[in-house]
Amino acid sequence: MNPTPSLPETNFVPGSPERADLRPESIDDAVIRLAGNSQDGIQSAGAFLARLAGRSDQDVMTYMTIPATISGGPSIFQVRIGSGEVLSAGDEADFLVAFYQHSYQDHIGFLREGGVLLYDSDNVDPNLDDKRFVYVGVPITGLTVEALGGTAKDKGKNIFVLGLISKIFHLDVEKMKKLITEKFAGKDESIVNTALMAFQAGYAYPVGNVLSKQYQFEHVVKKPGAPDQITMDGNQALAYGLIAAGVRYGAGYPITPWSSVMETLRRELPKYGGLFVQAEDELAAVSITLGFSYSGHLAVTGSAGPGISLKTEAIGWASMAEIPMLIINVQRGGPSTGLPTNVEQSDLFQAIYGGHGDSPRVVLAAKTVEDCFYIAVEAARIARQYSTPVFILSDTSLATRIEAFDEPKLADLMLDPKPDLSTIDTHKPYALDKITHHAPPGTRIRDGKYPLISGLEHDEFGHPTGSPKMHMAMTAKRRNKLRQLAEELPVPEIYGAEEGDTLLIGWGSTYGPIHDAVKRAREYNEKIGAIHLRHLHPLPNGLEDIFARFQRVVVVEMNDEGVYGFGQLATILRARYCEPKIESLTKTDGLTFRVREILEGIFHRKFPRLVAANGARPNGNGASSKTTDVPSTATATARAEAKVSPARDHAGDSTPTRPETYEAAIPSKSQDSTA
Amino acid sequence: MSTDTLTATAATEPPREKLTKKAITADHPTWCPGCGDFAVLACYYKVLEKRQIEHEKIVTLAGIGCSSRFPYFVNGHGAHFIHGRAVPLASGISLARPDLHVFLFGGDGDGFSIGGNHLDHGARKNINMTYVIMDNFVYGLTKKQTSPTSPIGFKSKTDPQGAIDQPVNAMKKLVASGATFVARTHASQVNHMIQMIERAMDHPGFSVIECLSECVEFFPGAFDSANPRKGGAFSVIEEKKYDNTPEDEFRHDVTDELAAYKLAQIPFPGVFGVFYQNDRPTKNALEKKWVDSTREKLGNPSDISVLQKTFDRMK
Ligand SMILES: Cc1ncc(C[n+]2csc(CCOP(=O)(O)OP(=O)(O)O)c2C)c(N)n1
Ligand code: SF4
Ligand SMILES: [Mg+2]
Repeated sequence: MNPTPSLPETNFVPGSPERADLRPESIDDAVIRLAGNSQDGIQSAGAFLARLAGRSDQDVMTYMTIPATISGGPSIFQVRIGSGEVLSAGDEADFLVAFYQHSYQDHIGFLREGGVLLYDSDNVDPNLDDKRFVYVGVPITGLTVEALGGTAKDKGKNIFVLGLISKIFHLDVEKMKKLITEKFAGKDESIVNTALMAFQAGYAYPVGNVLSKQYQFEHVVKKPGAPDQITMDGNQALAYGLIAAGVRYGAGYPITPWSSVMETLRRELPKYGGLFVQAEDELAAVSITLGFSYSGHLAVTGSAGPGISLKTEAIGWASMAEIPMLIINVQRGGPSTGLPTNVEQSDLFQAIYGGHGDSPRVVLAAKTVEDCFYIAVEAARIARQYSTPVFILSDTSLATRIEAFDEPKLADLMLDPKPDLSTIDTHKPYALDKITHHAPPGTRIRDGKYPLISGLEHDEFGHPTGSPKMHMAMTAKRRNKLRQLAEELPVPEIYGAEEGDTLLIGWGSTYGPIHDAVKRAREYNEKIGAIHLRHLHPLPNGLEDIFARFQRVVVVEMNDEGVYGFGQLATILRARYCEPKIESLTKTDGLTFRVREILEGIFHRKFPRLVAANGARPNGNGASSKTTDVPSTATATARAEAKVSPARDHAGDSTPTRPETYEAAIPSKSQDSTA
Repeated sequence: MSTDTLTATAATEPPREKLTKKAITADHPTWCPGCGDFAVLACYYKVLEKRQIEHEKIVTLAGIGCSSRFPYFVNGHGAHFIHGRAVPLASGISLARPDLHVFLFGGDGDGFSIGGNHLDHGARKNINMTYVIMDNFVYGLTKKQTSPTSPIGFKSKTDPQGAIDQPVNAMKKLVASGATFVARTHASQVNHMIQMIERAMDHPGFSVIECLSECVEFFPGAFDSANPRKGGAFSVIEEKKYDNTPEDEFRHDVTDELAAYKLAQIPFPGVFGVFYQNDRPTKNALEKKWVDSTREKLGNPSDISVLQKTFDRMK
């Protein structure tokens, strides 16, 4: 432990006073990666940065990894703050904060050349001979203990670092202190004071002695009348979207990364007179949910893949009985327990087809944290309007990252969730000429004929029938309402080129990297565009017209290419459109797509300095292999080798590590010289 | 939310006709002639008629099995769910709709085997519902496989040499898992069954009745030993009357859990009546208390103001 500031390693003239006149460099985009152990509270430090950015009307996106071990473990939190549009959390960090030696070793590869390594000199001993980076050593542990006194030990390091960062980036200190105070409000007053002390200590550290440059984000001028920004993660956005949509009941069973949706709903719903219950298992959770929905209160259940598997039989019942219900799947790596804290999009087939029999259901996928909110609203509307189960697909990456977005206009959105129990004259629950709308129990029916809600094939009144004709008619009824829904779905907008050589198709959380990839490729004059599908089942009409305008159509998704060489959405699109030009770019390393991976996957060695392929590569008809000089078998082998990611060597740590075979592709950020 | 805010229409309606058996009868039951389940259905009609429980006050639910076909034969709101999961389905309805009386019917396989976990937890949580398990000691619908209550030695298609697994003791299981009303009756004893159903529905909480209901097709004569008309003895539990008589000392205290186990220990066909009853608060009441106090603390705000406040904190 070293209570006095250590001597800075570079960029520093010993003994010079802190430069008060330092002019901060104006920046519009910065990626800050905090690397430590989860018990150090790096998540909350990162969240403060994200929230501050949101309050300053900056765009912000975060990225974190969750250690699979209970007691914590290596973990990162990455914040990307921009004064313009921020689409992805960033391939590389401009600024790396390393709390431990392992944090340094695992993440230095993510620091861009010329980037700043801020490290705890009490714990980290970096290789100062590597001249690519700027080194700033601060005895974070020692100074935190000194500032807070012995009892706090080194708890508070995260807030100390927050002070340092606030100084370096000229963040609004008053706003930040207010955030800290708010966060700890309601707790013991001494906790607020301790946090503020730690912050102050970090802020007061003469970091100007060691870092010749300081930064300031370009000020974002809020347009008059523009909404405030709110900052939350994807699971919160789902929960609050459901609340806005009038969903007041639900049931679930804990599983990563879904649990925080249920925890939020359990805590929040009573405020609205509703209720979320923790069930004994997934089978009960979905059944309780169906009980809520049947009783007239559209309800929600959710899980990750393993739990969805258990709910499957009851979801088939919902489809047959035509009960509206919402099912959230926050996807993780599968199958089985799989990679519980990683990201994957491998449950699309399960959502669309999971279960026995022909059991139509609607499947939507959120593309961003903000979209988690709106997709929940839309899912609830569809469920009610079409009396159908609706899946909402999210994933680990959306669940754990924080974004700031425009505050939704609640006055236009909030729904009155009360069930309609008014007396009716007569009721046929399964009328063949209409979309089913159930009369919930409690409804008096004057003609005295009451409906039976049935999982057996039934007639229009819900009574069992074995009639082949009726099974055909009812099967068609259940399917046709999805066709009707497809009619009203908007045709997706094209991002980038409206026509040209390459169309990228994505779904779910890959929205950011895919759009960033389009942006970058257009800098190379590629004629490239992208569409992002939020409605996966049924698909919106009109996609074939978009496909027709491009030479190549590449579906980008985080799942396996399967036996036949195509990812899950690619398989569906090829089956649906019989379109041989649809290719597939997949990967299964459990990490979010990096922009470079997408570009490399699509264009191979087309651009200078794009070297070897890693976990992603397109598959397609003969046409696609013409665009590459690597025979597909060779690429497949290279890919197989790339599958062993060093990240997996840490028990449970899913921290992404730059794949060895990869080199910087895009000149705009990185000037990598090593080949 | 819940009942207080539900649209009440009754006041504007003309006076209702008396509820008759006819009004609550739907499809003709598909059970085999002589099946014990007919009697359970008849008793249910009787109770609804006697208590004049209108259609919109009840919901009749079931899982899967011969016995679980029950809701199709009742003209009233109802649902025929999936095998073993009717207790959680009923729990959702019960928790969201305190205005409804939730009735649930099913078999021994549905309740004690595939749905066994839900039975335990519904009981433990004391969710308000009335559940009649029509126990025939066999899988009827799937045509004679061993059930969790089949006696040792019972020859079924899955135990051609005779069942070898220890059967569930229904009364012990229900008391142990925390059900707050536990009773046992016999399909041939209609008056007793009606009494049990009425007491079960009047009990706030998880009320379960095991009704021995003969499967004439696959386990004929299974319950003759408790049927006086077949030469058996129907032994009814004598409950304490608190009348200060010396006999009362030997009568059963329904609140005494250990005494309930002792009764459950009596060899087959055992005794009939209320084994156990307890006034533990229901999950319905406890959740409602939490919801009400939460809203009260916030000053019973409008939904939009609650969410707006939450958003304000996220700025
Ligand atoms: C998930 C599932 N597994 C198995 C079945 C087949 N199945 C239907 S009823 C039944 C057993 C019924 O026995 P019980 O609950 O005792 O009812 P009973 O027919 O005897 O009244 C089984 C195994 C099913 N319908 N669903
Ligand atoms: S098979 Fe048995 S349980 Fe089923 S209806 Fe016939 S007699 Fe009743
Ligand atoms: Mg049975």
